Amino acid sequence: MDLQALSVTLRLAAVTTLILLVVAIPLAAWIVSTRSRLRAPVEAITTLPILLPPTVLGFYLLVLLGPRTSLGRAWIHLTGHPLAFTFTGLVVGSIIYSLPFAVQPIVAGFSSIDTTFIEQARLLGASRLRVLRSVLLPLSTRSIGAAALLCFTHTVGEFGVVLMVGGDIPGATRTLSIAIYDQVQDFAYAAANRTALLLVLISITSLIILYAWRGAYFGAHHE
Amino acid sequence: MNSAPILQAAIEYRRAGFTLNAEFTLRSRWTVLFGASGAGKTTLLRILAGLTQPSTGNIRLGVTQLLDTSRRQTLPPGQRKIGFVLQQAALFPHLTATENIGFGLNQWKRATREARTEELLNLFEIESLAGRKPRQLSGGERQRVALAQALAPRPELLLLDEPFNALDAPTRASVIEKLRATAVPVLFVSHSLADAWQINADAILLEDGHIAAQGPTRTILARQREQLLAQLGE
Repeated sequence: MDLQALSVTLRLAAVTTLILLVVAIPLAAWIVSTRSRLRAPVEAITTLPILLPPTVLGFYLLVLLGPRTSLGRAWIHLTGHPLAFTFTGLVVGSIIYSLPFAVQPIVAGFSSIDTTFIEQARLLGASRLRVLRSVLLPLSTRSIGAAALLCFTHTVGEFGVVLMVGGDIPGATRTLSIAIYDQVQDFAYAAANRTALLLVLISITSLIILYAWRGAYFGAHHE
Repeated sequence: MNSAPILQAAIEYRRAGFTLNAEFTLRSRWTVLFGASGAGKTTLLRILAGLTQPSTGNIRLGVTQLLDTSRRQTLPPGQRKIGFVLQQAALFPHLTATENIGFGLNQWKRATREARTEELLNLFEIESLAGRKPRQLSGGERQRVALAQALAPRPELLLLDEPFNALDAPTRASVIEKLRATAVPVLFVSHSLADAWQINADAILLEDGHIAAQGPTRTILARQREQLLAQLGE
């Protein structure tokens, strides 16, 4: 078992999930409450990573983060090295790649809340921030939990974006999925099998938790 | 007697084939907004509360201008000093009765907030329900908590959208008596002639989005009462 790859994978999934929740919650709140014409393009852009091949996304990220763009040059100027082929670059790629898995469940959760509660909060003087904090978030804990679980699991299993943006640097950017690829290339099928089994276990456990939550939710609401 | 107006409103609202055109002044502490389903009662209340924007309008509550579309001036719902209770009490399901009542008081000092919540729990005789969440309350208990919640920030007008439909007659009478004790002016929507008649206040008769009449309940709704009695006598 490549413990270094396991450590990189778990760190990447945890950091990506945390950052995505911080980004996705206000973004989802904006999507469900706005009447702006920007809503459709913003929703389309946040959903795009589901449809795009990971290599396409990885390629554009590689270009964007490299010295060919002003963003990439600014990063190099600030830190002295490019963002690509680093753990931080991997986090940036994972955030974009898993964004729909964070935004969609939270948008669905917020949308399912009876608007009467939001109107009642506004009548009682609540600001938009308080409506989010005191009404939307407490009534969407399952959706937010589901989003966190999906982001974590999706990040654990990603391959294309990781390979394009992060390469294959042991201890820095080599994740479990890259380790499997390397093990197969080396004809180390037994090792690849153990690593693959671990990924299957992580994914199936996440899905069992997700469906158990959903079952508990529907059970509680049909008593 | 011609007392000072509590509320003055002139509203026009057009949406999908429906037009609400209402100009009225509230002077009585209790006014029943009476009309058939679809007459525009709920829309009118939502416009007064600031939850629906009219096409044009001018609304004044006491000395406060709530809306003046000619000057593009509108106060948000939370600044209008209007309480609103719906037919289905909109209590926050994750909060206890006490937390629901205190929701609109978060800017108040803790001691004042607790005292006000306590006062309303006592008024509506729901002290024993203080720690319960809405799903643990009956329909009548929920409505009493909702009334306490709406009254907590000391509104200058209370809008009630058929909030007593689920209550039995004695509970309804008891709740109305408690509301009268608060001295807050009430605009009470009903399509029940019995309710409107018993409350014996001013009435506004709304028909197809227009105010057909306004005045003392027993004058304004006399024709409807005669029709009902004739139907019952058949």
